[in-house]
Amino acid sequence: MGALADTWLPRLVLSPTIIASLVFVYGFIGLTAWLSLTESRMMPNFEFAGLVQYERLFEIDRWWVSAANLGLFGGLFIALCLAIGLCMAILLDQRIRHEGALRAIYLYPMALSFIVTGAAWKWILNPGLGLEKLMHDWGFTNFSFDWLVNSDMAIYTVVIAGVWQSSGFVMALFLAGLRSVDDSIIKAAMVDGASLPTIYRRIVIPSLRPVFFSVLLVLSHIAIKSFDLVMALTAGGPGTSSDVPAIFMYQFSFTRGQLGLGAASAMMMLATVLAVLVPLMYLETKGARHGR
Amino acid sequence: MKLNTFALSAMASALLACAAAQAAPQVEVLHYWTSGGEAKSAAELKKMMEAKGVAWKDFAVAGGGGENAATALKARVMAGNAPTAAQIKGPAIQEWGQEGVLANIDAAAAEGKWEASLPPVVNSVMKYKGHYVAVPVNVHRVNWLWVNPEVLKKAGAKPPTNFAEFFEAADKIKKAGLTAIAHGGQPWQDATVFESVVLGTGGADFYKKAIVQLDQAALTSPTMLKAFENLARIKTYIDKDAAGRDWNLATAMVINGKAGMQFMGDWAKGEFTSAGKVAGKDFLCLAAPGTEKAFTFNVDSLTMFKVKGAEEQKAQLTLANAVLSPEFQEVFNLNKGSIPVRAGVSRAKFDACATKSMDDMAATSKSGGLVPSFAHGMAIDTAKAGAIQDVVAKFMNSNMTPQAAVQALAKAAKTM
Repeated sequence: MGALADTWLPRLVLSPTIIASLVFVYGFIGLTAWLSLTESRMMPNFEFAGLVQYERLFEIDRWWVSAANLGLFGGLFIALCLAIGLCMAILLDQRIRHEGALRAIYLYPMALSFIVTGAAWKWILNPGLGLEKLMHDWGFTNFSFDWLVNSDMAIYTVVIAGVWQSSGFVMALFLAGLRSVDDSIIKAAMVDGASLPTIYRRIVIPSLRPVFFSVLLVLSHIAIKSFDLVMALTAGGPGTSSDVPAIFMYQFSFTRGQLGLGAASAMMMLATVLAVLVPLMYLETKGARHGR
Repeated sequence: MKLNTFALSAMASALLACAAAQAAPQVEVLHYWTSGGEAKSAAELKKMMEAKGVAWKDFAVAGGGGENAATALKARVMAGNAPTAAQIKGPAIQEWGQEGVLANIDAAAAEGKWEASLPPVVNSVMKYKGHYVAVPVNVHRVNWLWVNPEVLKKAGAKPPTNFAEFFEAADKIKKAGLTAIAHGGQPWQDATVFESVVLGTGGADFYKKAIVQLDQAALTSPTMLKAFENLARIKTYIDKDAAGRDWNLATAMVINGKAGMQFMGDWAKGEFTSAGKVAGKDFLCLAAPGTEKAFTFNVDSLTMFKVKGAEEQKAQLTLANAVLSPEFQEVFNLNKGSIPVRAGVSRAKFDACATKSMDDMAATSKSGGLVPSFAHGMAIDTAKAGAIQDVVAKFMNSNMTPQAAVQALAKAAKTM
């Protein structure tokens, strides 16, 4: 009896969650995939229509603008967050005073919603209200920083705001990783006469591999699904120059009555996620299998 | 203690409302009239319906453009539980008609003699396959130019009536060190300027061919190229911080005398009047340059959905006629800043801009100058309108040449 309960109880307890995920995650992924193969307009229509929506999608300039923006934003966002987060973590790791306070300050932007970050940076970067005006008022009248209203540069303002918000979180993860590195290895290296940069480069950072993996996983999904930050900061503008796929998908599905096309763009986003995550996961689990 | 009394009374009134709902037939109306003046107007309709013995169930979804309301509506219709009426306008009415969920309200139209009291263009928007399915509520004129006469005087310019005069005035304002044209660089605002410029450049017939019928020859014609050249010139008078600015902030620039003119629909009047300005004295409402003999309309309407039960169907028809009654038309439009959609409403309380708007609507309805607004979802279906809006937004925010814009526009018009 007890043995039976031991086998079934965990399954019974977990099953609602499993069923819910199957239906609401994988079920809806399937539904979206199906919708992307139909002629759905304002309301779903389940008649198979082949790949027309994808053909249509690839002909829309705006889709390519948003895909290119995602590449630019995603690449820079991840690279800068990693670099800044790691540097801050290494500097904080030097047993300095008030470390707790500094850590809280760096980590705190993460407590904000991307909407708040977007709205705040929208004011800071607005040439007529924020930084540029402040510099002019201080007498630096040649100072110019108008990326927010410049269609070629607007996407970089999204990178600035995103990095500002997320690098503290990356720092916290790396810091936790650094603290878990075995002290005795470092001490042994010191005895051997290795300099501090060498120790970090050769010993500490390589041992942070699992942390790198988690950070990449989290950052890349933040980048691909980014919607709220762009909406609040530039609303995809000026014009459609800082558009990203999530905004494209939302507008075409829900405000332009092109549900099928929106579903096709959603599937392209999913394909991007898979293209990034599958190799990463594979590398990581391969390492684990070989008992690295 | 106070809270308790409040809760009790709220419960009591909720119970009473339930009881009333069971006794009387009820209409449920999905709308996005949630801001100050609009909410007051909706409350007026509720009062009128209750006086006629019909219970009113409010289904208000906030969000100016009605995007949230449309999403909520789709969910309800898919679940087979449509409201009595929903605030849907323009070609979207046809899209809903194709889904086969709209009610036929010809009976109400016959009773209220809509055919005689509404402009024919508006009538045709309200029908699906020859039958009335929607009732118009109000008319907004979109092709306005809002002008601060103080700024014009300071710059030594006079109110413009055509593009030559307009650019002359703009040059003078610019020379006086002010922003000539207040604008907010959001795609719908870009589209609003674009449609007024097309109308002013080519006239009403060209507008209909190009923007409503999407005739390829008209879209690629020299007139369209000229329209984009005018638009390119207008861009040079807009300050560089316009990107992403809300329309009412742009209107505030005109009110405060920081800018001279703004292209915007008649909802901008609300900003002027709430700042204590008087129409005709502190601000001028002119037809956008070259559009004196035309009128771009944006008509809000309540689209009727199929409801079950004879009582509820009767209530639906009552609602439709209440909306078009002269009393409601007067109150609603005074609150909202628009003008009545039907003839025969008292003009006594409307201001100079509104009466000019009413005269122009009556005149253009006869002359053929009454055209649907593309920027506000009245002219073409949402997919095509969206594709064209993207082209205009790109043109307004990049160095795209007028030639390239014409090509892109012609391609966008072929969007399915």
